[in-house]
Amino acid sequence: MTGQEFSKSHNLLQRTPLYGLHVERGARMVPFAGYEMPVSYPLGVLKEHLHTRAASGLFDISHMGQIGLWPKSGKVADAARALERLVPMDILGLEPGRQRYAYFTNESGGILDDLMVANLCDHLLLVVNAARKAADETHLLAHVADQCRVERLDRALLALQGPKSEAVLAHFAPDCSRMRFMDVRRTNIMGAECIVSRSGYTGEDGFEISVPSDMAREIAEAFLENRDVELIGLGARDSLRLEAGLCLYGSDVNETTTPVEAGLTWAIQQTRRQDGARAGGFPGAPIILQQLAKGAARRRVGLHPEGRAPIRNGTLLFAQHDAGEPAGSVTSGGFGPSIDAPIAMGYLPAELAAPQTTVFAEVRGKRLPVSVDQLPFIVPGYKRS
Amino acid sequence: MLKYTDEHEWLKLEGDVVTVGITEHASTMLGDLVFVELPEAGANLTKGDRAAVVESVKAASDVFAPLAGEVVEVNLAIAQDPSLVNSDPLGAGWFFKLKLADVKAMDGLLDETAYKALVG
Repeated sequence: MTGQEFSKSHNLLQRTPLYGLHVERGARMVPFAGYEMPVSYPLGVLKEHLHTRAASGLFDISHMGQIGLWPKSGKVADAARALERLVPMDILGLEPGRQRYAYFTNESGGILDDLMVANLCDHLLLVVNAARKAADETHLLAHVADQCRVERLDRALLALQGPKSEAVLAHFAPDCSRMRFMDVRRTNIMGAECIVSRSGYTGEDGFEISVPSDMAREIAEAFLENRDVELIGLGARDSLRLEAGLCLYGSDVNETTTPVEAGLTWAIQQTRRQDGARAGGFPGAPIILQQLAKGAARRRVGLHPEGRAPIRNGTLLFAQHDAGEPAGSVTSGGFGPSIDAPIAMGYLPAELAAPQTTVFAEVRGKRLPVSVDQLPFIVPGYKRS
Repeated sequence: MLKYTDEHEWLKLEGDVVTVGITEHASTMLGDLVFVELPEAGANLTKGDRAAVVESVKAASDVFAPLAGEVVEVNLAIAQDPSLVNSDPLGAGWFFKLKLADVKAMDGLLDETAYKALVG
């Protein structure tokens, strides 16, 4: 047998504050974005995935970047205005104690990274992808340093995801139970100053919790004393977010995909669009605003193979069984344990992007029928009210 | 006679037909399987040909023909229920039966001691 499972290099990799915990709990460690990270624990990807949807999963996402933008004027609005130079979001209108999904765009309308932006009253907190955090910091220093001090935080980041997460966290921070989806607040957990957001990357209700590095292990172990909590690795994190229709930066979105192509225009508030109060003013605005008005030639779509064979990242998609040239390709694909079927995302020309359209995926020399499907594949459990 | 390959397959010889499966070590490393693709009965395989595909939630891996021969039977039960490979890799989770072109080729494979040394 062969496959990526059997050959991994572990040289020159960074470790998170929870490395020792992962190893003690039997994790399989793999290189990811320059870190040695747990891909799964003895429970296994399939059961870890199902556990998260049924109870509560604890994820170490300390490899992600946490960047503070501190306004030099002392007014967070000045940091918000500065950040709006780089993202097509309404940051000025982001209320204190709220968080918003955002992405950095480039001059051709592509996406440099996607991120969360939280308004913590006196500063903005950005959570960015691990593989992009150095580039993001450079980008921010180049474009907002006139208004903001850009500070990379050396803190751990934990996620509790799943329907029982509120009860798990309430034992330590009862004030968090009142939070709604995308609320963010400072709280105290076991004497440590933490920043909690009600958000995540699984399609479930849950929390992301920024904790001091030297308290990360103690807090994680305290969460794990609750029998509803299991450690969940990056393998299940990927299948959970795929079922939830969420993009993986570098696979589903990158510097060559625009927000319109990627179906992420819901994240662009009216005020940054044509005729809005602060229309444009972000990199690639002419291209993105034009695509918003006229549509894009290709679209990110959900894909549902008709058989049982998963279709993976890079698989070519064809309009017909015998078509010569591919029409598109798969950007994320695998198996969805909660829906017990293979699922994928990819890009197709607009004329093939309508749900129920049948296209063909080339897998090991065979053309397999695949249905274009709505995203997400599951009903999200976000606590909106 | 039970033999192993360094590609984590086991082979059990009866007459000139071997039953082929993957080892417990391999099934553990792969994790819960969600899809198995088997060769066609009647297919003639050369040693090293891709004979089957196993997929977990995360990844696809190939199972290679451990020796040359003709596929005389495949285990459709594991295509119906891939979890059999995880729960009983050496028994109900077998993959296919191969009528060997050359039974003597079995001598070149690993015995149990050598395989156990390989996987530690």
